[in-house]
Amino acid sequence: MKRALAAIVVLAVLAFPLVFARPFPRHVMIMIFLYGALATAWNVLAGYCGQISLGHAVYFGIGAYTSTLLIREAALTPWLGMPAGAALAVLVSQVIGYPVFRLRGHYFAIATIGVGEIVQTLFINWDWAGGARGLFVPIKRPDSLLNLQFHESKAVYYYIALGLLALALGVTHWLERSRRGYVFRAIREDQDAAASVGVHVAREKHVAIAVSAALTALGGTFWAQYVLFIDPESVFPLSLSILISLVAVLGGVGSLWGPVLGAAILVPLSEGTRVLLGGTGKALDLVIYGALIMLIAVFQPSGVIGLARRFRRDRRQATGAAQASSA
Amino acid sequence: MSLLTVSGLTKRFGGVVANRDISFTVRPGELVGVIGPNGAGKSTLFDVITGFARPDSGTVHVDGHDVTRLRPDQICRLGVARTFQKLRPFHGMTTLENVMIGAFGRTNDVNAARRAAWEALERVGLGDRADAHARGLSTGQRKRLELARALATGPRLLLLDEVTGGVDPGAIPGLIALVRELHARGLALVVIEHNMGVIMDIAQRVVALQLGEVIADAPPADIMRDQRVIDAYLGEAWRV
Repeated sequence: MKRALAAIVVLAVLAFPLVFARPFPRHVMIMIFLYGALATAWNVLAGYCGQISLGHAVYFGIGAYTSTLLIREAALTPWLGMPAGAALAVLVSQVIGYPVFRLRGHYFAIATIGVGEIVQTLFINWDWAGGARGLFVPIKRPDSLLNLQFHESKAVYYYIALGLLALALGVTHWLERSRRGYVFRAIREDQDAAASVGVHVAREKHVAIAVSAALTALGGTFWAQYVLFIDPESVFPLSLSILISLVAVLGGVGSLWGPVLGAAILVPLSEGTRVLLGGTGKALDLVIYGALIMLIAVFQPSGVIGLARRFRRDRRQATGAAQASSA
Repeated sequence: MSLLTVSGLTKRFGGVVANRDISFTVRPGELVGVIGPNGAGKSTLFDVITGFARPDSGTVHVDGHDVTRLRPDQICRLGVARTFQKLRPFHGMTTLENVMIGAFGRTNDVNAARRAAWEALERVGLGDRADAHARGLSTGQRKRLELARALATGPRLLLLDEVTGGVDPGAIPGLIALVRELHARGLALVVIEHNMGVIMDIAQRVVALQLGEVIADAPPADIMRDQRVIDAYLGEAWRV
């Protein structure tokens, strides 16, 4: 039953571009996959390991800038720029992690905001990287997989974004069942208690942020190839860091599917209000986000996925009670 | 050779001297009690030994290794485990998962850790609560959980900060029996305890602290007659 349902969902997702040929529905799905992947990456560090980062745009931007600069300066395919960006993001995450992991809780979150602002300011002032004007990804025609550019149809972008999401979920699933998954959760619950039973807390946090940063950077490269223009305002803003965390929190942190669920709710909302209200409704989606987040925080802190779990539990108890009374 | 050697340990917090020139040893398989009034520096002493606090001077050796500057996880891997006075289970995890974290110090394999955790839970009598969430346990059960988590690391020396503190009186004899059993199996223990009946009963030697200093280090029978310990902590009622 559960397997059949999963198979239907997978088939529906795979067949979606064949049924919907127009750009907009495909675009919405691509954004769901991208934000789902980014929130899943964030979830590794924040949801499982408990380190609430509000600076993940740093890794997203590094992914976008690395591949774009490599295309412009070395004519390198983004397929190589993508892992290069991920590697650089890992390196930067280790440097950032060294001082900020000494801080706990709110102080850690605040420090990550500060680091994010510093990196954005650097890129605004770095003329070799386009400065505040940003960078265009050189247009290459005709469409080709090698150049990761598609001007005629969004279908290939769709499957690449889906692949990114699948990769992020796969990594998370694997982590969840390995030693690291348990140890990350122990650090989230009480890092001193974890240290007292032999957990090298600092090292584990560094592993968590490395995985998280690498996956986030992949999304950054994809974004650059999707919109073909990047600037510090669009890939390094605090608002992006916050949005990534909102998606995960709304869906449910510390669970495999929560962040995807959050993206599936928030992205259509954002794209929908943008289309329906245009310029007049600017930021209305943020008002709705805010209201949703408050409702979730008050009534279901474990996120929408917690609601689903509760519903399932209630139903199981109800059927159990029904069986007991009929017996 | 002694398993734990503390020599000349001093720890200051600003102007307060929590531990002043503390020296004592624990031999393999020994059960040592630590007593003293509130604020005498007992928990600070545990924090310094296990690497949670850096001493201002003095050294701690475990089995000949100088561990004074090591991190808590490194000291744990050398065979020293501890519990906390204020219980610190991983609330959002099940009892079994809590203990698995301890077992991961010895193995990276999830199934092996699960088996080791089961064994530790059975040993402390929590086998039937393996799937319960830590937040759903009683205080006595949480004490057992912390014991199991520490035992799963495979320690040679276990530091217990208040085994019976805050526990329902009915659950105390069971906990004491458990500590005795661990000791009987050859584990060395240092036990902070306020219940004098308990400590005088189980300890082979008692270290008494007052205002951060060791005022006595002797077998229980002698401790009970020590005038300084009586004045500082026990009171006249304990005079034999």
